[in-house]
Amino acid sequence: MASILLIIAQRLALGLVTLFVVSIVIFTAVNLLPGDFAQLILGQGATPEAVESIRRDLGLDQGPVVRYFQWLAGAVQGDLGNSFAQANFASFAGSDTGSGLSSVAGQIAPRFENTMFLAGVTAMIAVPVAITLGVLAALFRNSVFDRATNILTLSSISSPEFFLAYILILYLAVQNQILPSLSLVNDDMTFLERVRMTLLPALTLTLVVTAHMMRMTRAAIINLLASPYIEMARLKGLSPMRVIVKHALPNALAPIINVIALNLAYLITGVVVVEVVFGYTGIGQLFVDSVKIRDIPVVQACCLIFAAAYILLNLTADIMSILSNPRLRHPK
Amino acid sequence: MTEQLLKVRDLKIEGRSDETWNPIINGAGFDLKKGEVLGLIGESGAGKSTLGLAAMGFTRDGCRISGGSVEFDGIDLVNASADVKRNLLGKRIAYVAQSAAASFNPAHKLIDQHTEAAVQHNVLSRADSEADGIELYRKLRLPNPEEIGFRYPHQVSGGQLQRAMTAMAMACRPDLIIFDEPTTALDVTTQIEVLASIREIVEEFDTAAIYITHDLAVVAQMADRIKVMLKGDEVEEAETREMLSNPKEEYTKSLWAVRSFQRPQKPAVQTGSTPVVSVKNVTAAYGKVKVLHDVSFDIHSGRTVAVVGESGSGKSTAARCITGLLPPMQGHIEFDGEVLPLDYRKRNKMQLRQAQMIYQMADTALNPRKTIGELIGRPVQFYMGLTGNEKRRRVEQLLEEIELEPTQYINRLPSELSGGQKQRIGIARALAAEPKFIICDEVTSALDQLVAEGILKLLAKLQDELGLSYMFITHDLATVKSISDEVVVMKDGRVVEQGPKDEMFKPPHHAYTDLLLSSVPEMDPDWLTDLLKQRGVDNIGDAAVSNM
Repeated sequence: MASILLIIAQRLALGLVTLFVVSIVIFTAVNLLPGDFAQLILGQGATPEAVESIRRDLGLDQGPVVRYFQWLAGAVQGDLGNSFAQANFASFAGSDTGSGLSSVAGQIAPRFENTMFLAGVTAMIAVPVAITLGVLAALFRNSVFDRATNILTLSSISSPEFFLAYILILYLAVQNQILPSLSLVNDDMTFLERVRMTLLPALTLTLVVTAHMMRMTRAAIINLLASPYIEMARLKGLSPMRVIVKHALPNALAPIINVIALNLAYLITGVVVVEVVFGYTGIGQLFVDSVKIRDIPVVQACCLIFAAAYILLNLTADIMSILSNPRLRHPK
Repeated sequence: MTEQLLKVRDLKIEGRSDETWNPIINGAGFDLKKGEVLGLIGESGAGKSTLGLAAMGFTRDGCRISGGSVEFDGIDLVNASADVKRNLLGKRIAYVAQSAAASFNPAHKLIDQHTEAAVQHNVLSRADSEADGIELYRKLRLPNPEEIGFRYPHQVSGGQLQRAMTAMAMACRPDLIIFDEPTTALDVTTQIEVLASIREIVEEFDTAAIYITHDLAVVAQMADRIKVMLKGDEVEEAETREMLSNPKEEYTKSLWAVRSFQRPQKPAVQTGSTPVVSVKNVTAAYGKVKVLHDVSFDIHSGRTVAVVGESGSGKSTAARCITGLLPPMQGHIEFDGEVLPLDYRKRNKMQLRQAQMIYQMADTALNPRKTIGELIGRPVQFYMGLTGNEKRRRVEQLLEEIELEPTQYINRLPSELSGGQKQRIGIARALAAEPKFIICDEVTSALDQLVAEGILKLLAKLQDELGLSYMFITHDLATVKSISDEVVVMKDGRVVEQGPKDEMFKPPHHAYTDLLLSSVPEMDPDWLTDLLKQRGVDNIGDAAVSNM
């Protein structure tokens, strides 16, 4: 057990190093964006003096290295800085910092919560469905069921997300008014109301992520079916379902877990289109809007959160893969 | 009074390759009475395993029963539905696989796998089956029977796993057990224990068994009757003693004669001559675990030194030290009296060229995507600097030396060769560097006896022609007898005894050498019985080793 804790500690440390490297990449990339906030907000006719003044207010006149370390120091202490767009320029340089809407954290927090909620609801539907379908496809491999599942999941992953979203809206919100077509969530809703509001985007995303996980489950299991211990299980007269669920699946977990982690990370970081279609106020929309107006602190913070989500989920997947291997759980 | 249990008649099995069905078994038949043990013997590819599985009504994916019948206790297994067969498998017919390490599911504890069949077939409750499992572990003389079942397969040694698998087969007290080469992967001292356990428990429960093996001496201990197979055909079948004393068919006689190849002992090495390779006081470790302790031995020009010992005794590690793959912690390696750098990366091309290696698994040692010409041509070019036509001529010459027709083989891929032919390619690749010294790491262990003998003869011929020195790593004492000049016996990373072959096979020996020698099964059907009497049941195999 001690060795596993050690492995976890090592991976966490590695994750932090990765995050640090990513922060440099993010900062550099964001600073390479053409144009800057001051110019954008003041428009074409702005005098150089006015532009310069705003740049000074925002600290944009300082060198990139200085700004990077200021940002990093803040981020390490949990202060992601202030949003340019929401700043009150008169009072900006002075006292009013870190409170209310103008802080990046204050802007991101509710959005991030929504995103996590949507990802959570989607995962609760998609992961069990994908694994069940994968197991069944492996059990009835090369049958009509197997082929149908493959064709359906592959066509859903191959269609554009907005297309799937509109089809679901058409059938579930317009022709049969089961679910709302707009996912306008707010803090006053009860949990169940919120789930209902989130269901359509969650179903859309389920259609997008299921294929990958289902096909990996199927492939990982089939890959093991030729191994001697599976033959042994069959020669013990066990039912085909038991052979697969009890004897193949536990040994196929590592690759499946990794694919699940990748898809969950996608749910957190890559769902802008679905958010737009359903008017869902997640972090993806905020991110795109912020890039448009060059609101650098928000963009950087979003990128950092996305990176952290990827790193953390992959880390969890690694650790769970290790835990699924009895050789590592129970050393000699 | 003895009733018929299994009746196999004119059974034909086909396997599919490239969309066509090819025969694997061309009509085999036998009878098995209750409590009887039938030995099924033949080389790999003879269809023994396929036939054994078919006796359970089971065919592997890509195989099918195309004719004949299998009747188990009145039930037609060829035409029975999957449900009927599933109800018999595990419950009335059980299977013990060749490699228990691969056939136990790594994800579950032994006892969970043991009780599974009994519980699923509603024979015993989980608790009863668990208690019974512990009782069986005790009968099979597994250490800590109370506790061993609660371990995972990787926590248990190979010999113990094989016994646990026999126990698992017994879980429902079946009428028939198929043993598919259950001791082939084990060391001789471990093999004895497993053989004794299997025989005892089969007798105790009066279980009928089909015992599949390629080792005649083993089958002689286990079977009441023996059936010989060759390439899917039956050769002959007879009572064990009758078969051993009076084989009728030519093929059977040739099998019986395989172990006859033996090189005469060469005269002793002149004192004072410089050995080709000299291992001096080598101690080596993987990480912190020391695996070699102060190992020293010499290999002289034109000689074969056999390094013998069980798995884990440090034989292959010694080879890795000589080649520089594992730099020793202490000690050094001399080549022709010159001290070699410990790490192969620090050795020059000349030093690297002089020592070559041939591996146990020719399958994995040859790049499957390269043709034979490329595989042998690579060292020809790298070490000897030959290119173009010169290179091709040299490759052809090497192929001739290993007795493969160059024009026929030079453009083939390894997958198009048989096991013995692949091993010959491994030899040619080693020869391509024109070395003085070759390490042969269990080169015949994965081969059938007839094929292995061909390889041994080839190696002997090459030694005479080219004056090569061999370090021959093996756990098979018959091979030692046939090819070696000197023998080094290793145990737990130490050399326990060394000397000329003739002396090693004559008493008195070191106690461990004695145990190794006496553990090699002999053709005499009473050998195991006598040995057990002599040693006492609790002092065989591993138990005897640990008592030393």
